[in-house]
Amino acid sequence: MCLAVPGRILDVSGSDTARTGTVSFGGVSKEACLAFVPEAKVGDYVLVHAGFAISVVDEEEALKTLDYFRQIGELGELEDKP
Amino acid sequence: MKFVDEYRDQAKAESLAQAIARITTSPWSIMEVCGGQTHSIVKYGLDELLPKDITLLHGPGCPVCVTPLELIDKALQIAARPEVIFCSFGDMLRVPGSGGDLFSVKAKGADVRIVYSPLDALKIARDNPARQVVFFAVGFETTAPANAMAVFQAHAQKVPNFSVLVSHVLVPPAIEAILSAPDNRTQGFLAAGHVCTVMGYEEYFPLVQKFHVPIVVTGFEPVDILQGILMCVEQLEQGRAEVANQYSRSVVREGNRPAQALMAKVFRVVARKWRGVGEIPGSGYALRDEFAAFDAESRFGVAGYHVDEDSECIAGQVLRGVKKPQECPAFGKRCTPDRPLGATMVSSEGACAAYYQYRRHEQTTQAAAGKRS
Repeated sequence: MCLAVPGRILDVSGSDTARTGTVSFGGVSKEACLAFVPEAKVGDYVLVHAGFAISVVDEEEALKTLDYFRQIGELGELEDKP
Repeated sequence: MKFVDEYRDQAKAESLAQAIARITTSPWSIMEVCGGQTHSIVKYGLDELLPKDITLLHGPGCPVCVTPLELIDKALQIAARPEVIFCSFGDMLRVPGSGGDLFSVKAKGADVRIVYSPLDALKIARDNPARQVVFFAVGFETTAPANAMAVFQAHAQKVPNFSVLVSHVLVPPAIEAILSAPDNRTQGFLAAGHVCTVMGYEEYFPLVQKFHVPIVVTGFEPVDILQGILMCVEQLEQGRAEVANQYSRSVVREGNRPAQALMAKVFRVVARKWRGVGEIPGSGYALRDEFAAFDAESRFGVAGYHVDEDSECIAGQVLRGVKKPQECPAFGKRCTPDRPLGATMVSSEGACAAYYQYRRHEQTTQAAAGKRS
């Protein structure tokens, strides 16, 4: 039930508790409430749960997580070498 | 899809599994808290990629599973009323109450509707001023901001025919209850990434200190989960117990402050009953007095209703990681997703339903092989 899906904000309207936007999920667009992510702007990726954006995806942190694999990959190679 | 596909990469998953195997020297039992994580683990067979010494225990983080029987009964009573349009997330419709489920009430003519968001239910209320519209507000901290917003807007826009049947539960008190039980087996936790997106992870520091268990905030894709396990095993092997954050692309330490502010405005913390587990102090939300007019329990006079739970179902032990689904004598026989005895067999995020969907054939094959040998 706590599923949240990342999507890209296409447009933003309204303000405060009525702040909403259109979010594209790999081509499928849906309206989402943006009241809880006041910093989110057009082009940002947000995680959407039950029609509400609950966070703006941090691209830098996302890259860091993926970079971790390069590091453990290299570590594995080092250890595997005789 | 960006931020999804790259976390389902098989080569990355395998290199993580190898890294876990390289550092594991002792047996460890790690619990994933969230039902969404359980579903991913069983669906992708992540537990089978791990060294034998690592056991994954499936936690209580499925709101459908832990909603108490008496609340399902209250939902059935309210939904059966002719003036009511009862709105719910889809996965609550097949959860068995004492006499039937929401689907069976709907089959008898009740107006039960599946909605994607609580704001959809609020819109139905505005569009149907002559009817009573009730939303079944279940969920963990992830869903609480959405439900809080629906109540807040109903109050601000003066929508008198809208109300909510609240069954909100909270993760940290459940972790504390699991760790305090004498039969606890859990040595480390993967905390639920989306709960922490809303709440942050400051609440976990006292737990880590008190019980000396690592807690790693973890995402939901295969690569996220395996990385969370690696971070947890690293700590266990080194004798450390810290809060760590694998899901940093969404989770910050303080969480989502605007969401927390609205939740605090609408809800107060109360003791809640968990299906199969019992009452846990401070483990849920109820509406604050300012919003009491939107409480469906008092509006429809079902607040005093109590009921005892079925005893054959071992969901409580499954939800605390004490037993695996196949250890239940009813699993796959008297209890199936079509005729569930307990809610862990209903929701796709319940451990029993996940095992039934992805592991049942395996079990049958093993049993047949056992008979032949």
